[in-house]
Amino acid sequence: MQDFVQHLVNGLSLGSIYALIALGYTMVYGILQMINFAHSDVYMVGAFAAYYAAKWLGIENQPGLMSLATLLVVSMVACALLGLTIERLAYRPLRKAPKLNILITAIGVSLFLQYAGQLVFGADPKVFPEVMPDITFFQWGDLSLRSSDFTVLIVALLAMVGLHFLIHHTKIGRAMRAVSQNSSVAAMLGVNPDRIVAMTFVVGSSLAGVGSVLVGMKYPKIEPLMGMMIGLKAFVAAVLGGIGSIPGAVLGGLLMGLSEEMVVAYLSSTYRDALAFGILIVILLLKPAGLLGRYQVEKV
Amino acid sequence: MKKLFFAILFSLPLLSGCTKSGDEIRVGEFGSLTGNDATFGLSTNKGIRLAIDEVNEKGGIKGKKIKLITLDDQGRDTEAVQVVTRLITQENVVAVLGEVASSRSKAAAPIAQEYKIPMISPSSTNPEVTKIGDYIFRVCFIDPFQGFVMAKFASENLKVKKAAILRDVKNDYSVGLADVFAADLKKMGGEIIADLSYQAGDVDFKAQLTQIRSKAPDAIFIPGYYTEVGLIAQQARDLGIKVPLLGGDGWDSTKLSEIGKEAIDGAYFSNHYTSESTDPVVRDFITRFQAKYGDTPDGLAAMGYDAARILILAMERAQEIKPNLIRDEIAKTKDFAGATGKISINENRDAVKSAVVVQVQGKSNKFVTTIHP
Repeated sequence: MQDFVQHLVNGLSLGSIYALIALGYTMVYGILQMINFAHSDVYMVGAFAAYYAAKWLGIENQPGLMSLATLLVVSMVACALLGLTIERLAYRPLRKAPKLNILITAIGVSLFLQYAGQLVFGADPKVFPEVMPDITFFQWGDLSLRSSDFTVLIVALLAMVGLHFLIHHTKIGRAMRAVSQNSSVAAMLGVNPDRIVAMTFVVGSSLAGVGSVLVGMKYPKIEPLMGMMIGLKAFVAAVLGGIGSIPGAVLGGLLMGLSEEMVVAYLSSTYRDALAFGILIVILLLKPAGLLGRYQVEKV
Repeated sequence: MKKLFFAILFSLPLLSGCTKSGDEIRVGEFGSLTGNDATFGLSTNKGIRLAIDEVNEKGGIKGKKIKLITLDDQGRDTEAVQVVTRLITQENVVAVLGEVASSRSKAAAPIAQEYKIPMISPSSTNPEVTKIGDYIFRVCFIDPFQGFVMAKFASENLKVKKAAILRDVKNDYSVGLADVFAADLKKMGGEIIADLSYQAGDVDFKAQLTQIRSKAPDAIFIPGYYTEVGLIAQQARDLGIKVPLLGGDGWDSTKLSEIGKEAIDGAYFSNHYTSESTDPVVRDFITRFQAKYGDTPDGLAAMGYDAARILILAMERAQEIKPNLIRDEIAKTKDFAGATGKISINENRDAVKSAVVVQVQGKSNKFVTTIHP
């Protein structure tokens, strides 16, 4: 029983990381109907921004709320700027081009960031500074719960609620929805689509920034290719939850983390990814639009 | 005009083949200078460069300087195949040094064998590597031996009865060590109560560790690479696992303790060499290495140095600098006193030598015992 609860906590904690990254994918998709493959690499740059900022400010070994706040801000700003630049230079010129072109460009940007990262930061793994003391706050027999397990989950849920509020209850959110439905009509009604899209990237990328610091705290090893696998899994999580749906991304992420954990716990660690992805394929066969996705009628 | 242009264009690659100059010996090296285990490649490269610079300062071999051509395989099997092909067909090297990772040595060795260019791997311990052909050598011991060393150490020194294994399932090296450890520990009267796996690049190991915790082993054998092992140690500590962690030479990096922090302290691993050795040959190597690079060589740098030294000595003994003659001389290496111990090459082209067991203590590793073949 204790083991089961421990597995449950582990799975939720891992899943909340996927959820946080998946939110960025789903948000851009919801507005632009494009998959921003560079998202997970923006996340990587965020981690390095925080790493270098901590070194430069000399707060590597001063865990505490102050350091956490500083690094979060640095990482969010760095990611937002990078996201904005990518949108302006790589995606905006292709706005009118076929969807496939922009998708391929996104893959290109992702590879560019990965390899430029190896060149600039060096390819060997770096050790992320200790930002917050990680404490065991609950111990029951073998079962131990750590603060870092819950921080990420809480932040992911907060981000979900915040995004939902932003999109459904603010003026800019209404503009985003308008652009997503029909960008030229929205433009006629006085919405500047370029600005709204840029805004989407800023919000989505800052989320990656938050994610990078939280993940860095939990798994203190960062390297330029760190976004690859987590990005892939987060993307799958977003699709599983129904891409474009914000609660779907969180649900998908948590399910993904739980299924990985439970496969290792009760089936086989060797075939973890095969079985975890197998479960996801079955779910998608039953619900092709994802768990919370909506079916869209193709206009001909 | 156009025809002439193309004629020149297409004959360029042929010309470049002729640029092989007679006054230098071209030696190739391939390694992971970038990528996930970049410190492996970079350390090895330092050792190799030290050996080659030393011989060049003394006037080279038979009056010719050695030119080292180092190519980066980014830590990927497919890239290793490409760069070794390039070293042999375009750079015209007479011998190849590399790789650290067994999977990349295995990927590249068939190329060297096909072109009949001798290849010496400094530290690929998987048994299959040298079975690829008679041109493939290594200067390190092989996995069965490392698995045997840790099984013997666990059962005799630590009195381990029940052990768990956590292996990197995609890595030949890790799987090889784990299999031999399991078999040998059983022979010595122990048992394996859990055998789980992960994949290189993973960051979360709590599922496996929670599973292992429920079986309550006396020790956990993790024959992986330092990047993952550091995180595994931390997460094991988080889950309250306090039994000793054991590993192989893939742990040998200063990054291990940077990532694992105090969680990895006290863990044991088998290695080729220790910088604490009092052997004068080793002390001399360390002094020269420090003079050149300013830091203490790790095991991989020492292996790189030994691989290059064995190649250099073979080239000195060979009548002519020809790949087949160099091959024959490498095969004759006997009782070479290297930085990683006394090395003889056996009939399988593997090195016969002893191993050390060290204990992690912060950035340095404390020598515990030597285990002989």
